[in-house]
Amino acid sequence: MTVINYLSNLAIPFTILLILTYGIIEKNKVFDTFLDGAKEGIEIVVKIFPTLIGLFVAIGALRYSGILDFIIKLIYPIVKFLNIPTEIMPLAILRPISGSASIAIGSDIMTQYGVDGKLGMIASTIMGSTETTLYTIAVYTSVVGVKKTRFVLLAALIGDLVGMLISVIIWNFLS
Amino acid sequence: MLNKIWPIFIIVSFIYAILNGRVAEVNSSIFESTKSAVELSISLLGTMCLWNGLMQIASKTKIVKHLSKLLDPIIKKLFPDIKREEKVHDEITMNIIANIMGLGNAATPLGLKAMKSMQEKNKDKSRLSNSMAMFIVLNTASIQLIPTTVIAIRSSLGSENPTAMIVPVWIATLCAALAATISTKLLMKRF
Repeated sequence: MTVINYLSNLAIPFTILLILTYGIIEKNKVFDTFLDGAKEGIEIVVKIFPTLIGLFVAIGALRYSGILDFIIKLIYPIVKFLNIPTEIMPLAILRPISGSASIAIGSDIMTQYGVDGKLGMIASTIMGSTETTLYTIAVYTSVVGVKKTRFVLLAALIGDLVGMLISVIIWNFLS
Repeated sequence: MLNKIWPIFIIVSFIYAILNGRVAEVNSSIFESTKSAVELSISLLGTMCLWNGLMQIASKTKIVKHLSKLLDPIIKKLFPDIKREEKVHDEITMNIIANIMGLGNAATPLGLKAMKSMQEKNKDKSRLSNSMAMFIVLNTASIQLIPTTVIAIRSSLGSENPTAMIVPVWIATLCAALAATISTKLLMKRF
C-alpha cells in the first residue's frame, strides 16, 4: 500500500521534472510553449461544459428521485457473481457509451460514498483506465465509411470489462 | 445516443419522484447539479491547462523520439502488415504517443489520418482490415500516463490524496489493453 501510494505521488512531480529538464536541455522556449498548450486546455473544458451541465442535471435527477437506488436493487442479483459492487454498476454501464456522462455519474458516486473510500477509489480507477469505447469506434469507422466492423466492439468491450474487474480486485486487495 | 438517453433519464426520474413523493429533493437537486457542474469545470480548467501546457512542451522535445523507439517492437507485434518505412507507421506511433501523454485533441486527428491511410491499402473497402481493427481497439483502451481528468474531479471533491489511484490505473489499463489486443488477435483469425 505505501509503495503504491509513494509511486502514485511520485508520478506527477517526476513527469514534470522530466519534461522541463528535456525542454531546457534542448533550449526550447519552454514557457511560451506551455502557454500555447494551456490555451488549448481552456478550449477543451469550454467545449465539454454545456454537456456537463446537461448530464449533471440528469444524473442528479436519477439519484435524488430515488430511481437510481431502485435500479441498483433491481440489478443486484445479476451483478453479484461479477463481484462488481452494485453502486458502481451505473458507471460501468455508462462508461463505454459517453465520456461526459461517466464524469457526471463517477463524481456522483464519489460524492455519495466518499471520494477516498473504497467505492470512490474503484470509480476513480475505472474512469482512468477505460475509454468511451462506443464513441471511439463510431468516429474511427465512420471517417473511412466502413460498415463491417467485424469483432471490434466485442474485443474493445472485453478490454473494458477486464479493466473494470481489475480495478475492483485491486481495491478489494488494498483496502 | 445522448439525444435519447438524456431526456429519458430526466423524464423517468421526474415521474418516479412525483409518484414517490420526492418532488422537493428532485427540485433542489436541479440547482445543486448545475452548481456542482460549474465547480467541477473550474477545477478541470486548472488541471487541463496545466497538463496541456506541460505536454505541449514534451511534444516538442526528444521525449517523443525516445517513446517511439520504445513503442517500435510493440507496434511490430500488433501491426505485422505495416512496415517501418510506411507513412502510416509514423501516424500510428504519433497517435499512441498523443494518447499516452493525454493529448486527446491531438490524438484523434492523427488517428483519423492513420485510418484513412490504412483504408487506401485495404482490399475490401467496406470491411475493416486487420490493422484497422487492431488500431481502433488500441484507441478504445485508454493508455494514458497521467489520468488528469480523474485527478481534477477528485481534487474538486476534496480528496485528501487526489493522485492515489495512479498506479492502480496503470495496472488496470495495462490488463485491459492486453485483454483487448489479445482478443483482437484471436478474433481476427475467425471473423
